[in-house]
Amino acid sequence: MSAADPVLADVHGADPQDAGATVARRLSTRLLRSELRLIAGRRRNQMGLLVLAAVPVLIAVAVRLSSPREGRGPDFLSSITSNGLFVPLAALSVELGLFLPLAIAMLAGDSVAGEANLGTLRYLLTVPVGRTRLLVTKYISLMIGALWGVAVVVVAGTIAGIALFGTGPMLTLSGTEISFGSAVWRVVLVSLYVAAGLAALAAVGLFISTLTEQPLAATVALMIFTILSWIAVSVPQISWLHPYLLVNQWMAFGDLLRDPPFWDNIAQGLWVDLAYAVVFGLLAWARFAGKDITS
Amino acid sequence: MTELLPAQPASAPERDLAIATRGLTKRFGSRAAVDDLGLVVPRGSVYGFLGPNGSGKTTTIRMLLGLVRPSAGTSTLLGQSIPAGAQAVLPHVGSLVEGPAFHPYLSGRANLQRLDAADLTADPRTSRQRVDAALDRVGLLATAGKRYRAYSLGMRQRLAIAAALLMPRELLVLDEPTNGLDPQGTREVRHLVASLASDGTTVFVSSHLLSEVEQMCTHLGVMSDGRLVAQGSTSEVRGGAAPTARILTDQPTEATRIMSELGLTGVEAMPGGVRGTPNGVAPEKIVAALVQGGVGVKEFIVTSPSLEDLFVALTGEGFDVSG
Repeated sequence: MSAADPVLADVHGADPQDAGATVARRLSTRLLRSELRLIAGRRRNQMGLLVLAAVPVLIAVAVRLSSPREGRGPDFLSSITSNGLFVPLAALSVELGLFLPLAIAMLAGDSVAGEANLGTLRYLLTVPVGRTRLLVTKYISLMIGALWGVAVVVVAGTIAGIALFGTGPMLTLSGTEISFGSAVWRVVLVSLYVAAGLAALAAVGLFISTLTEQPLAATVALMIFTILSWIAVSVPQISWLHPYLLVNQWMAFGDLLRDPPFWDNIAQGLWVDLAYAVVFGLLAWARFAGKDITS
Repeated sequence: MTELLPAQPASAPERDLAIATRGLTKRFGSRAAVDDLGLVVPRGSVYGFLGPNGSGKTTTIRMLLGLVRPSAGTSTLLGQSIPAGAQAVLPHVGSLVEGPAFHPYLSGRANLQRLDAADLTADPRTSRQRVDAALDRVGLLATAGKRYRAYSLGMRQRLAIAAALLMPRELLVLDEPTNGLDPQGTREVRHLVASLASDGTTVFVSSHLLSEVEQMCTHLGVMSDGRLVAQGSTSEVRGGAAPTARILTDQPTEATRIMSELGLTGVEAMPGGVRGTPNGVAPEKIVAALVQGGVGVKEFIVTSPSLEDLFVALTGEGFDVSG
């Protein structure tokens, strides 16, 4: 067969006179916007958001129905329920265990493994979308997804809470009362902190998503990772491991509700989030950049 | 086995070639899916990339587009080395790789818009027109708003071709473009390829269906078991195959002796007569010799093999080739 092999001129130094002459824009948000439309437009994701929003509404209704009449119950409970903002906070602590990580796991499974499974990954890459660019876009969309999910919980909770409990002053965990306005800011801070933790989880999910062509496998794997982390956090015999676990400080968002806020655990939690995002982001890149796309 | 020379002189500068590979090899484990491939695809050609299923065509295409890294060897696309220059050259290359693949719950149009949004070289202001023009070109404009999952296989295939036509291209790499199309659709694809080629676009089309390739290609390359067994212009590849002389006679033994003496090779009996390869011996000489030798010739015919015969001969599919 060697007779049919042409001896070709050296590749290097070939003048790219027509190929590559097109000036490509360096940056564009079109792909990211398309990505977000894809996520938002998917029926399953819309249903997921409905579930996320239903939890705080359920909490609000349940507390309203069971709360004692004015002046008859314990003092602290009536102080809590004088302000509707306890609802989004309670909903976040309930959903952070399972529902919010599950939402991230579904989006992460779709991100790379889902495209590989559909075969759309090969068409994106030959458009061309550089692999690093694709991964960065996917990760940004997952971070936005995390913020999105948290926002839905908080907004639904806030609306339900205010509707049923009003806008009185908020009792902080230190026992002092703060005004409704500053309480709103505390809730915003809590939301950002929780979203940061989920964004770090999304980096783990993105990495897993580059390992498989089955989106469901990636979703399940990330859920297993999350649940094992929660179990490990609850086992005191391995407390030396706890500072390295992603979920270790997730529930520390309560520290933002002290007066003044207690920052130590929050800062530690954010550092762990950042470390996970960087390490797993790099792992995803290392895996994806040189991967053979055979799907 | 027939060895054919490449269509281009060996020193052809890469710039004149749309695709050039040298020693391109891909191993999966110990098995070489593509082995020492030297493709030479001139610019402006319609290059038919033939081979049975599993002969390495799609793996080759994946390597050409930078999806799969070769185990050895180099390839250049429009003068740019792959995968290093993939980002620069791929905007000029439209491709269809191993069948259509789109998001099932998006409409055909939304799927194309997503691909267009991913292209940094595409002008967002002309996106709508280009998407509609591409849909129109493959006859999907009327059903562009339907979800992809409701499309038939033929419509999906058309959508994939439309995706390859979103931007003006210098090179189209089409892997089995007529797969799943009805005869009407197949004919339309052939016309489409012809009209693109007449605009100067190089078309690299892989297929295991010979008839469609035979009618539209200026150049051919034949793969078998990961190797390129023939390559060149269509006439070169076809000319490389030896014609066969067949006679119908009641005296096959006599005929075999005379034909062998004349210098025909591979002379053998066949039902009702004898066949052999003339090797340049003029047909009239063969007939004269047979008649002089007292063999009654009922019928005599020299045929060039069809592309199908050639394909079978080159790839050894189900035939003993050595003759």
